Amino acid sequence: MLRNSDHGFGAITIALHWTIAALILGLMLIGFVMRRMEIDPVLQFSLYQWHKSFGFTALGLAFLRTGWWLVERSPQSLPSLSAVEDDAARFTHLMLIALSTLVPLAGWAVASASTLDIPSFYFNLVVIPHLPLPKSEVSEAFWAFAHAMLAYVMLAIVAIHTAAALYHHIVRRDSALRRMLRSKAGAGGADIVAKGK
Amino acid sequence: MIAVRQLALKVLLPLALAATAAPAAARAPALADAAGNYRIARSSVIRFNVPQVGGGGGIAGQFTRFTGAFRIDGRNVQRSSVEFTLYPDSVRARERRVEDFLRSSAVFDTASFQTVTFRSTRVTQTGPDTATIEGALTARGKTRRERFSVALTDWNRRTISFTIRGNIRRAPYGMDVGTPIYSNVVSFDMNISGVRR
Repeated sequence: MLRNSDHGFGAITIALHWTIAALILGLMLIGFVMRRMEIDPVLQFSLYQWHKSFGFTALGLAFLRTGWWLVERSPQSLPSLSAVEDDAARFTHLMLIALSTLVPLAGWAVASASTLDIPSFYFNLVVIPHLPLPKSEVSEAFWAFAHAMLAYVMLAIVAIHTAAALYHHIVRRDSALRRMLRSKAGAGGADIVAKGK
Repeated sequence: MIAVRQLALKVLLPLALAATAAPAAARAPALADAAGNYRIARSSVIRFNVPQVGGGGGIAGQFTRFTGAFRIDGRNVQRSSVEFTLYPDSVRARERRVEDFLRSSAVFDTASFQTVTFRSTRVTQTGPDTATIEGALTARGKTRRERFSVALTDWNRRTISFTIRGNIRRAPYGMDVGTPIYSNVVSFDMNISGVRR
Protein backbone atom coordinates (compact mmCIF):
# COMPACT_ATOMS: atom_id res chain seq x y z
CA MET A 1 0.00 0.00 0.00
CA LEU A 2 2.93 2.31 0.58
CA ARG A 3 4.52 1.53 -2.77
CA ASN A 4 3.20 2.25 -6.21
CA SER A 5 1.86 -0.64 -8.23
CA ASP A 6 1.44 -1.00 -11.96
CA HIS A 7 -2.13 0.20 -11.61
CA GLY A 8 -2.09 2.79 -8.90
CA PHE A 9 -0.16 5.07 -6.60
CA GLY A 10 0.96 4.04 -3.14
CA ALA A 11 0.42 6.08 0.01
CA ILE A 12 3.92 7.61 -0.12
CA THR A 13 3.47 9.07 -3.59
CA ILE A 14 -0.04 10.28 -2.74
CA ALA A 15 1.03 11.91 0.52
CA LEU A 16 4.00 13.65 -1.12
CA HIS A 17 1.86 14.80 -4.04
CA TRP A 18 -0.83 16.49 -1.95
CA THR A 19 1.50 17.86 0.71
CA ILE A 20 3.68 19.49 -1.91
CA ALA A 21 0.60 20.69 -3.79
CA ALA A 22 -0.76 22.37 -0.67
CA LEU A 23 2.63 23.94 0.07
CA ILE A 24 3.02 25.24 -3.46
CA LEU A 25 -0.41 26.88 -3.50
CA GLY A 26 0.06 28.30 0.01
CA LEU A 27 3.49 29.65 -0.90
CA MET A 28 2.12 31.24 -4.07
CA LEU A 29 -0.56 32.96 -2.02
CA ILE A 30 1.86 34.19 0.66
CA GLY A 31 4.30 35.29 -2.01
CA PHE A 32 1.65 37.29 -3.80
CA VAL A 33 0.39 38.98 -0.65
CA MET A 34 3.83 39.86 0.70
CA ARG A 35 5.13 41.19 -2.61
CA ARG A 36 2.18 42.63 -4.47
CA MET A 37 -0.11 44.02 -1.82
CA GLU A 38 0.14 47.05 0.41
CA ILE A 39 0.22 45.50 3.85
CA ASP A 40 1.40 46.32 7.32
CA PRO A 41 5.21 46.10 7.41
CA VAL A 42 5.18 43.88 10.50
CA LEU A 43 2.86 41.44 8.76
CA GLN A 44 4.96 41.66 5.63
CA PHE A 45 8.13 40.79 7.54
CA SER A 46 6.37 37.82 9.17
CA LEU A 47 5.01 36.60 5.85
CA TYR A 48 8.50 36.64 4.37
CA GLN A 49 9.76 34.47 7.21
CA TRP A 50 6.83 32.04 6.94
CA HIS A 51 7.36 31.94 3.18
CA LYS A 52 10.99 31.00 3.71
CA SER A 53 10.26 28.31 6.31
CA PHE A 54 7.48 26.72 4.27
CA GLY A 55 9.59 27.15 1.15
CA PHE A 56 12.47 25.17 2.65
CA THR A 57 9.92 22.54 3.69
CA ALA A 58 8.67 22.39 0.10
CA LEU A 59 12.24 22.12 -1.15
CA GLY A 60 13.00 19.22 1.18
CA LEU A 61 9.84 17.39 0.17
CA ALA A 62 10.50 18.12 -3.50
CA PHE A 63 13.92 16.50 -3.19
CA LEU A 64 12.27 13.48 -1.56
CA ARG A 65 9.62 13.44 -4.26
CA THR A 66 12.23 13.60 -7.00
CA GLY A 67 14.26 10.80 -5.46
CA TRP A 68 11.14 8.71 -4.99
CA TRP A 69 10.06 9.39 -8.57
CA LEU A 70 13.49 8.29 -9.81
CA VAL A 71 13.67 5.01 -7.87
CA GLU A 72 10.03 3.99 -7.63
CA ARG A 73 8.06 2.58 -10.54
CA SER A 74 5.27 4.66 -11.99
CA PRO A 75 1.85 3.16 -12.60
CA GLN A 76 1.06 2.42 -16.22
CA SER A 77 -0.59 5.18 -18.15
CA LEU A 78 -4.34 5.03 -18.38
CA PRO A 79 -5.27 2.90 -21.38
CA SER A 80 -7.63 5.60 -22.60
CA LEU A 81 -4.77 8.02 -23.24
CA SER A 82 -3.63 8.65 -26.80
CA ALA A 83 0.10 8.72 -27.46
CA VAL A 84 0.09 12.51 -27.62
CA GLU A 85 -1.85 12.78 -24.40
CA ASP A 86 0.53 10.36 -22.74
CA ASP A 87 3.56 12.37 -23.88
CA ALA A 88 1.94 15.62 -22.75
CA ALA A 89 1.17 14.15 -19.34
CA ARG A 90 4.71 12.85 -18.91
CA PHE A 91 6.18 16.18 -19.92
CA THR A 92 3.89 18.06 -17.54
CA HIS A 93 4.80 15.77 -14.67
CA LEU A 94 8.49 16.10 -15.44
CA MET A 95 8.17 19.89 -15.46
CA LEU A 96 6.34 19.86 -12.15
CA ILE A 97 8.97 17.65 -10.58
CA ALA A 98 11.75 19.93 -11.85
CA LEU A 99 10.05 23.22 -10.98
CA SER A 100 9.02 22.10 -7.51
CA THR A 101 12.76 21.91 -6.84
CA LEU A 102 13.96 24.86 -8.91
CA VAL A 103 11.47 27.42 -7.61
CA PRO A 104 12.43 27.03 -3.94
CA LEU A 105 16.12 26.82 -4.87
CA ALA A 106 15.76 30.18 -6.63
CA GLY A 107 13.98 31.50 -3.55
CA TRP A 108 16.87 30.34 -1.38
CA ALA A 109 19.15 32.19 -3.81
CA VAL A 110 17.15 35.40 -3.28
CA ALA A 111 17.63 35.21 0.48
CA SER A 112 21.31 34.37 -0.05
CA ALA A 113 22.09 37.10 -2.57
CA SER A 114 20.16 39.84 -0.76
CA THR A 115 22.22 42.68 0.63
CA LEU A 116 19.79 42.69 3.55
CA ASP A 117 21.43 39.44 4.68
CA ILE A 118 18.39 38.37 6.69
CA PRO A 119 19.07 34.95 8.24
CA SER A 120 16.79 32.09 7.22
CA PHE A 121 15.66 30.98 10.66
CA TYR A 122 13.67 27.84 9.84
CA PHE A 123 10.47 28.08 11.91
CA ASN A 124 12.61 29.93 14.48
CA LEU A 125 14.37 26.64 15.19
CA VAL A 126 17.53 26.41 13.14
CA VAL A 127 19.45 28.81 10.92
CA ILE A 128 19.75 27.57 7.35
CA PRO A 129 22.94 28.99 5.85
CA HIS A 130 22.88 31.12 2.74
CA LEU A 131 24.00 29.67 -0.58
CA PRO A 132 27.49 30.83 -1.56
CA LEU A 133 26.33 33.57 -3.92
CA PRO A 134 27.64 37.11 -4.30
CA LYS A 135 25.56 39.63 -2.36
CA SER A 136 24.63 42.61 -4.47
CA GLU A 137 21.58 44.51 -5.65
CA VAL A 138 22.02 43.08 -9.14
CA SER A 139 22.38 39.52 -7.91
CA GLU A 140 19.38 39.87 -5.61
CA ALA A 141 17.26 41.38 -8.38
CA PHE A 142 18.24 38.63 -10.80
CA TRP A 143 17.30 35.83 -8.42
CA ALA A 144 14.11 37.56 -7.34
CA PHE A 145 13.11 37.78 -11.00
CA ALA A 146 14.09 34.16 -11.66
CA HIS A 147 12.20 33.00 -8.56
CA ALA A 148 9.06 34.86 -9.64
CA MET A 149 9.22 33.79 -13.27
CA LEU A 150 9.79 30.14 -12.42
CA ALA A 151 6.93 30.36 -9.94
CA TYR A 152 4.58 31.82 -12.55
CA VAL A 153 5.57 29.11 -15.02
CA MET A 154 4.93 26.49 -12.37
CA LEU A 155 1.58 28.07 -11.53
CA ALA A 156 0.61 27.85 -15.20
CA ILE A 157 1.61 24.19 -15.35
CA VAL A 158 -0.23 23.49 -12.11
CA ALA A 159 -3.30 25.01 -13.74
CA ILE A 160 -2.89 22.77 -16.80
CA HIS A 161 -2.27 19.75 -14.59
CA THR A 162 -5.38 20.53 -12.51
CA ALA A 163 -7.53 21.17 -15.56
CA ALA A 164 -6.40 17.88 -17.08
CA ALA A 165 -7.19 15.99 -13.88
CA LEU A 166 -10.66 17.50 -13.71
CA TYR A 167 -11.22 16.87 -17.41
CA HIS A 168 -10.36 13.20 -16.92
CA HIS A 169 -12.55 12.95 -13.86
CA ILE A 170 -15.60 14.84 -15.07
CA VAL A 171 -15.61 14.41 -18.84
CA ARG A 172 -13.74 11.19 -19.46
CA ARG A 173 -14.79 9.74 -16.14
CA ASP A 174 -11.61 7.70 -15.84
CA SER A 175 -9.49 7.09 -12.74
CA ALA A 176 -6.79 9.69 -13.41
CA LEU A 177 -7.78 11.86 -10.45
CA ARG A 178 -9.16 9.07 -8.29
CA ARG A 179 -5.97 7.10 -8.30
CA MET A 180 -4.11 10.06 -6.85
CA LEU A 181 -6.76 10.44 -4.16
CA ARG A 182 -6.78 6.94 -2.80
CA SER A 183 -4.28 4.16 -2.81
CA LYS A 184 -5.96 1.10 -4.16
CA ALA A 185 -4.04 -2.05 -4.88
CA GLY A 186 -5.21 -3.66 -8.04
CA ALA A 187 -7.28 -0.72 -9.23
CA GLY A 188 -7.10 -0.97 -12.95
CA GLY A 189 -8.80 -0.43 -16.23
CA ALA A 190 -11.83 -2.51 -15.32
CA ASP A 191 -12.59 -0.20 -12.46
CA ILE A 192 -12.29 2.81 -14.73
CA VAL A 193 -14.70 1.39 -17.26
CA ALA A 194 -17.20 0.48 -14.59
CA LYS A 195 -17.13 4.00 -13.17
CA GLY A 196 -17.40 5.43 -16.62
CA LYS A 197 -20.68 3.70 -17.19
CA MET B 1 1.35 59.72 28.01
CA ILE B 2 4.80 60.78 27.09
CA ALA B 3 5.08 60.88 23.37
CA VAL B 4 8.79 61.24 22.99
CA ARG B 5 11.55 58.76 23.34
CA GLN B 6 14.51 59.66 25.44
CA LEU B 7 17.76 58.06 24.82
CA ALA B 8 21.05 59.40 25.94
CA LEU B 9 20.09 61.99 28.43
CA LYS B 10 20.57 60.07 31.57
CA VAL B 11 23.86 58.72 30.48
CA LEU B 12 25.42 62.07 30.12
CA LEU B 13 24.60 63.23 33.54
CA PRO B 14 26.29 60.47 35.52
CA LEU B 15 29.33 60.76 33.42
CA ALA B 16 29.75 64.36 34.22
CA LEU B 17 29.09 63.63 37.79
CA ALA B 18 31.64 60.90 38.03
CA ALA B 19 34.21 62.97 36.27
CA THR B 20 33.93 65.78 38.68
CA ALA B 21 33.87 63.70 41.82
CA ALA B 22 36.40 61.07 42.78
CA PRO B 23 38.12 60.77 39.44
CA ALA B 24 38.66 64.44 39.28
CA ALA B 25 41.68 64.27 41.47
CA ALA B 26 43.31 61.58 39.40
CA ARG B 27 42.52 63.19 36.10
CA ALA B 28 43.48 66.66 37.20
CA PRO B 29 40.20 68.44 36.64
CA ALA B 30 38.15 68.94 39.74
CA LEU B 31 34.52 68.14 39.64
CA ALA B 32 33.74 71.71 40.37
CA ASP B 33 35.59 72.65 37.21
CA ALA B 34 33.30 70.52 35.10
CA ALA B 35 30.22 71.71 36.86
CA GLY B 36 27.88 73.65 34.70
CA ASN B 37 25.35 73.50 31.96
CA TYR B 38 26.11 71.91 28.64
CA ARG B 39 24.28 71.40 25.42
CA ILE B 40 24.85 68.21 23.50
CA ALA B 41 26.98 68.91 20.45
CA ARG B 42 25.89 67.91 16.97
CA SER B 43 29.19 66.15 16.56
CA SER B 44 28.02 63.54 19.03
CA VAL B 45 27.59 60.06 17.59
CA ILE B 46 24.70 57.80 18.47
CA ARG B 47 25.19 54.28 17.21
CA PHE B 48 23.02 51.25 17.73
CA ASN B 49 23.18 47.61 16.83
CA VAL B 50 20.63 44.82 16.85
CA PRO B 51 22.41 41.46 16.73
CA GLN B 52 21.00 38.74 14.49
CA VAL B 53 20.72 35.01 14.98
CA GLY B 54 23.65 32.97 13.72
CA GLY B 55 26.10 35.84 13.94
CA GLY B 56 26.64 38.35 11.21
CA GLY B 57 26.38 42.09 11.30
CA GLY B 58 22.84 42.52 12.54
CA ILE B 59 21.10 45.83 12.05
CA ALA B 60 23.54 48.63 12.70
CA GLY B 61 22.98 52.31 12.26
CA GLN B 62 23.00 55.72 13.80
CA PHE B 63 20.81 58.71 14.45
CA THR B 64 22.01 61.98 13.02
CA ARG B 65 19.50 64.42 14.50
CA PHE B 66 19.09 64.99 18.21
CA THR B 67 19.14 67.72 20.78
CA GLY B 68 19.84 67.69 24.45
CA ALA B 69 21.37 69.35 27.45
CA PHE B 70 22.83 68.30 30.72
CA ARG B 71 23.82 69.85 33.94
CA ILE B 72 26.69 68.72 36.10
CA ASP B 73 26.20 69.55 39.71
CA GLY B 74 29.61 70.33 41.11
CA ARG B 75 28.64 69.91 44.71
CA ASN B 76 26.55 66.80 44.36
CA VAL B 77 27.06 64.78 41.24
CA GLN B 78 23.98 62.74 42.05
CA ARG B 79 21.91 65.78 41.37
CA SER B 80 23.21 66.19 37.88
CA SER B 81 20.67 65.70 35.14
CA VAL B 82 20.26 65.22 31.43
CA GLU B 83 17.51 65.66 28.89
CA PHE B 84 17.74 64.28 25.44
CA THR B 85 15.53 64.25 22.38
CA LEU B 86 16.17 62.08 19.40
CA TYR B 87 14.51 62.30 15.98
CA PRO B 88 14.25 58.71 14.73
CA ASP B 89 13.41 59.92 11.25
CA SER B 90 17.12 60.74 10.99
CA VAL B 91 18.10 57.09 11.28
CA ARG B 92 20.92 56.00 9.00
CA ALA B 93 21.56 52.36 8.20
CA ARG B 94 23.39 50.23 5.68
CA GLU B 95 20.77 50.72 3.02
CA ARG B 96 17.65 52.63 2.28
CA ARG B 97 15.33 49.66 2.68
CA VAL B 98 16.50 49.21 6.25
CA GLU B 99 16.05 52.91 7.03
CA ASP B 100 12.55 52.93 5.58
CA PHE B 101 11.65 49.87 7.59
CA LEU B 102 12.95 51.44 10.79
CA ARG B 103 10.90 54.58 10.11
CA SER B 104 7.78 52.60 9.29
CA SER B 105 4.97 51.66 11.63
CA ALA B 106 6.85 48.39 12.23
CA VAL B 107 9.50 50.12 14.32
CA PHE B 108 9.69 53.83 15.16
CA ASP B 109 6.49 54.84 13.39
CA THR B 110 7.94 58.28 12.76
CA ALA B 111 4.73 59.44 11.13
CA SER B 112 2.99 59.19 14.50
CA PHE B 113 5.90 59.66 16.90
CA GLN B 114 8.47 62.20 15.84
CA THR B 115 10.75 61.94 18.83
CA VAL B 116 12.30 59.61 21.33
CA THR B 117 13.13 61.28 24.62
CA PHE B 118 15.14 60.54 27.68
CA ARG B 119 14.91 62.37 30.98
CA SER B 120 17.25 61.34 33.74
CA THR B 121 15.92 60.57 37.17
CA ARG B 122 19.04 59.45 38.95
CA VAL B 123 22.78 59.63 38.46
CA THR B 124 25.02 57.30 40.38
CA GLN B 125 28.76 57.54 40.34
CA THR B 126 30.33 54.12 39.91
CA GLY B 127 34.02 54.97 39.66
CA PRO B 128 36.43 57.85 39.35
CA ASP B 129 35.27 58.57 35.81
CA THR B 130 32.23 56.39 35.39
CA ALA B 131 28.60 56.64 36.34
CA THR B 132 25.20 55.14 35.76
CA ILE B 133 22.30 57.22 34.59
CA GLU B 134 18.76 56.11 35.10
CA GLY B 135 15.83 57.81 33.59
CA ALA B 136 12.61 57.69 31.69
CA LEU B 137 12.90 56.67 28.06
CA THR B 138 9.87 57.41 25.95
CA ALA B 139 9.37 55.87 22.53
CA ARG B 140 6.23 55.19 20.56
CA GLY B 141 4.25 56.68 23.40
CA LYS B 142 5.56 54.25 25.95
CA THR B 143 7.75 55.33 28.84
CA ARG B 144 10.02 53.00 30.71
CA ARG B 145 12.87 53.25 33.14
CA GLU B 146 16.17 52.54 31.44
CA ARG B 147 19.78 52.67 32.48
CA PHE B 148 22.94 53.70 30.67
CA SER B 149 26.54 53.50 31.75
CA VAL B 150 28.72 56.52 31.22
CA ALA B 151 32.49 56.89 31.02
CA LEU B 152 34.27 60.19 30.81
CA THR B 153 36.64 60.28 27.88
CA ASP B 154 37.72 63.88 27.53
CA TRP B 155 37.31 67.14 29.29
CA ASN B 156 38.53 70.68 29.02
CA ARG B 157 37.24 74.06 30.03
CA ARG B 158 34.66 74.28 27.29
CA THR B 159 33.77 70.77 26.30
CA ILE B 160 33.29 67.40 27.88
CA SER B 161 32.95 64.03 26.22
CA PHE B 162 31.52 60.73 27.32
CA THR B 163 31.10 57.25 26.02
CA ILE B 164 27.64 56.04 26.87
CA ARG B 165 26.44 52.50 26.53
CA GLY B 166 23.17 50.82 27.24
CA ASN B 167 21.10 47.84 26.26
CA ILE B 168 17.45 48.50 25.65
CA ARG B 169 14.82 45.83 25.19
CA ARG B 170 12.67 46.98 22.31
CA ALA B 171 9.61 44.74 22.73
CA PRO B 172 8.10 46.79 25.59
CA TYR B 173 8.03 49.78 23.26
CA GLY B 174 6.02 47.86 20.70
CA MET B 175 9.02 47.35 18.45
CA ASP B 176 9.38 43.59 18.67
CA VAL B 177 9.22 43.05 14.90
CA GLY B 178 11.76 40.55 13.65
CA THR B 179 12.37 38.74 16.91
CA PRO B 180 13.83 36.20 17.37
CA ILE B 181 15.78 36.53 14.12
CA TYR B 182 16.88 39.92 15.38
CA SER B 183 17.59 40.33 19.06
CA ASN B 184 15.10 41.97 21.33
CA VAL B 185 18.04 43.82 22.89
CA VAL B 186 19.34 46.89 21.11
CA SER B 187 22.79 47.93 22.17
CA PHE B 188 23.56 51.62 22.08
CA ASP B 189 27.08 52.95 21.83
CA MET B 190 27.26 56.71 21.95
CA ASN B 191 29.96 59.32 21.98
CA ILE B 192 28.35 62.36 23.50
CA SER B 193 30.06 65.71 23.57
CA GLY B 194 28.81 68.61 25.64
CA VAL B 195 29.59 72.24 24.98
CA ARG B 196 29.44 74.56 27.94
CA ARG B 197 26.64 77.09 27.72
